[in-house]
Amino acid sequence: MLLNIGPSHPAMHGIVRIVAELDGETVTGAEVEIGYLHRAFEKMCEQGPYNNAIPYTDRLNYVSPLINNIGYCLAVERLLGIDTTERCKYIRVVMSELSRVTDHLTCIGASAMEMGAFTVFLYTMKAREFWYDAIESVTGARLTISYARVGGLKSDLPEGFKERTLRAVRETRSVLKEVEGLLNRNRIFVDRMKDTGVISAEDALAYGITGPFLRSTGVGYDVRKDQPYLVYDRLDFDVPVGEHGDNLDRYYVRMEEMIQSMRMVEQALKDMPGGDIQVDTKGRVIPAALMVDEAKIGHTQDLKSVEVEADSTLEGTTKRFHDNVYSSDRRVALPAKEDTYGNIEGLMNHFKLVMHGHGIRPPRGEAYFPVEGANGELGFYVVSDGTDKPYRVRVRPPCFPIMGALGKILTGDMVADIVPTFGSVNMIGGELDR
Amino acid sequence: MLTDVIKSRFPNIVTQACVDRVDNFIVIKREGIKDIASALRDDPQFDFNLLMDLFGVDYLHWEEKALRFEVIYNLYSLRKKHRLFIKAPVPEEDPSIDSVALVWPAADWYEREAWDMFGVRFKGHPNLKRILMYEEFQGHPLRKDYPYNFRQPLVGPKN
Repeated sequence: MLLNIGPSHPAMHGIVRIVAELDGETVTGAEVEIGYLHRAFEKMCEQGPYNNAIPYTDRLNYVSPLINNIGYCLAVERLLGIDTTERCKYIRVVMSELSRVTDHLTCIGASAMEMGAFTVFLYTMKAREFWYDAIESVTGARLTISYARVGGLKSDLPEGFKERTLRAVRETRSVLKEVEGLLNRNRIFVDRMKDTGVISAEDALAYGITGPFLRSTGVGYDVRKDQPYLVYDRLDFDVPVGEHGDNLDRYYVRMEEMIQSMRMVEQALKDMPGGDIQVDTKGRVIPAALMVDEAKIGHTQDLKSVEVEADSTLEGTTKRFHDNVYSSDRRVALPAKEDTYGNIEGLMNHFKLVMHGHGIRPPRGEAYFPVEGANGELGFYVVSDGTDKPYRVRVRPPCFPIMGALGKILTGDMVADIVPTFGSVNMIGGELDR
Repeated sequence: MLTDVIKSRFPNIVTQACVDRVDNFIVIKREGIKDIASALRDDPQFDFNLLMDLFGVDYLHWEEKALRFEVIYNLYSLRKKHRLFIKAPVPEEDPSIDSVALVWPAADWYEREAWDMFGVRFKGHPNLKRILMYEEFQGHPLRKDYPYNFRQPLVGPKN
């Protein structure tokens, strides 16, 4: 018998279609069909300047958008051959790990819910809310955050971020204890997860699978350890691996990864260098509009050292924050608002970066940068033709190869196992179909 | 140097080898992809057991590129921790190359995507059909001569 599941089905989160061939209740073959959420990400990236692709990257893996943002910026930065400030690197690590925790919380909550454990879902969503609070305080949004920029970040961390994050860490630790209490010895949960959706390490490698899915089979490949980027080599963390490559091991790996991520967040927040204010401000803060007026009539003498109070929509772009998180490379970094308003060099610099046909212009060539996404290796391959628009942006979507292997993984299991197995893939439509 | 070793090992297949920034790149003749792929996977010296990615690039109007398309293979070795990009130029008149789906099963879906997006045929692929677009779709959307705002919806309003 052929059984069609999806594309619109409550357990096929996102939109994906599985055509399963059944013999009684056993799946004897399964064809997975994707593409229902294709939004031409790679094509659209070619249409605008480099920084215009950042909002698109938010919508790749929308459960952990910060990792996508940062991965894309790192790829373009490698193409340009520039480096960012120390503080920026630490912030990027903290934000990536924040995102990883929210991603795993969503994955575990949703797959537990699909097996009837609704309490777990509510608990993990409660914990996720604390992380989203912290993310919102930094970026102004919960999901579509557009926080990273080529050469830096939109803005520095706000006051109270550390307390918010440490609170989220505390709350999540207690939620994880509760989740473990509810699930780890739960007969229904363990019976449905154990020995279902099994994949061997050889098969996982042959299919190009990475991330928690690969680690559940016992292969400890993690981009953060194997090709460290940002400041991951300075942080102390373990890479949890499973043994059996089944759904239960993937659940354990994700649980442990959250604990490791929170360890990293704590360390990074502790080690993060405080950004020194590089310019003598003389303690004077003036409204930005007044500064523009002053500059227009030629009162530019002291403006270089003045700090302005910009409109709240421009929060984080004034000198005090700007220099902490932005690269000093003029080819990519928008100048601080004081410079844009106060001197001709800054104004020209700003103009050159934002006007059509100017902008960031990496040299002709191509570069690849892999980062560890929540589902595995997330890589951006950027080709530049020397103009201000990327010639080609290729994203290596981490759940694409897992979905490629899904038909094989499902074969031999029961119909009821499709739901937990698919849940443990953590398929994200935005990233799979782009 | 990895690229030099590979070049001297396969002088008839590899036409160019270089290290750009941190990554190793080799350019090959498309006829040799199957041989070099299985050798790179099986030889313990290279040990490329992971096909991380496979995709196309359309170099329309690039003077330095003699052939229009390039199929790029992103290989990684877990044990050696090295990465290699293989570029196989493919001409516009006959956009085809041998499939490596039997060497790395991961290539199955990646090749379907490259076919879908660029119209590069993978000879010997077990099931080469569109993956992201629908079967009735005309053309290959990531080609540079496909306008980004051209719509051809399966249902709903036409252009």
